[in-house]
Amino acid sequence: MRILLVDDSKTMRNIQKAVLAQLGYTEVMEAQDGQDALSKAPAFRPELMLVDWNMPNMDGLTFVKAWRSTNKTTPIIMVTTEAEKSRVIEAIKAGVNNYVVKPFTPDLLSQRIQETLAKTPAAAA
Amino acid sequence: MDANYIKPFVASIQNVFSTMMQLQVVVREPFLKTDNNPNHDVSGVIGMSGDVKGSVILSFPQQTAENVVALFSGSKFSMGSPDFADAIGELVNMVTGGAKAMFKDRKCSISCPSVIVGKDHTVARQSDIPCVVIPCSTDCGDLFIEIAVKPAAAPAGDKSSKATASA
Repeated sequence: MRILLVDDSKTMRNIQKAVLAQLGYTEVMEAQDGQDALSKAPAFRPELMLVDWNMPNMDGLTFVKAWRSTNKTTPIIMVTTEAEKSRVIEAIKAGVNNYVVKPFTPDLLSQRIQETLAKTPAAAA
Repeated sequence: MDANYIKPFVASIQNVFSTMMQLQVVVREPFLKTDNNPNHDVSGVIGMSGDVKGSVILSFPQQTAENVVALFSGSKFSMGSPDFADAIGELVNMVTGGAKAMFKDRKCSISCPSVIVGKDHTVARQSDIPCVVIPCSTDCGDLFIEIAVKPAAAPAGDKSSKATASA
């Protein structure tokens, strides 16, 4: 499964990559902000995206809106420090499928990834 | 300063450090910072704007910062490396993001973090906002949260927060 990790922090990308590796997902592409993700995603054709919110150049919410304008199906999990209910609602309205608040345990991230993929059979196949 | 702006940071740093590093944070008596001392070796700085404005600094002595970064990232990095700064920035981002979610009826945004590395550096802050320092003890060493925030005069939209630094 091709997974696109979008986070401006290399530390957080590494932590998330380790969780993905434990789940058996190793085909991971990294992007350091929304712009970088928009340039890499069309060729990579991700089957799941983990997207941070606060990033320089283009934030995660703007990226999700831009991606959803052409692709309605790729499962997207927002992984962010933005924990307010209003932010979660904003992200869901923009097209996010699931939401993980930082800090997270590896178990929690793993659980959210699995439940997101379970709800989108095409991506899990 | 309103304690409602301090308590969330205590809860948040304890949550971030325990969740990401299984590291207990013991909070000691907060005090009002009267000048730019004490100085530290590594500082993660983040600005807040919106209904609450100001800045938050997570400051470390070198040894504590190195220990914390090694635990958080799983690798040892030299203090001058980009990966070291990245880890410190992400920690202050998580601590501040977690705290702002606990502010009651106040919506605010946080900036992308900046990290200052330099022996005994000083981080200058807005002079019109009092700064509360929360000393913290961990098994990795002591560190400090410096909180200089206040309610904005006008609701969300004010982006006047800033922090300047000299090393």
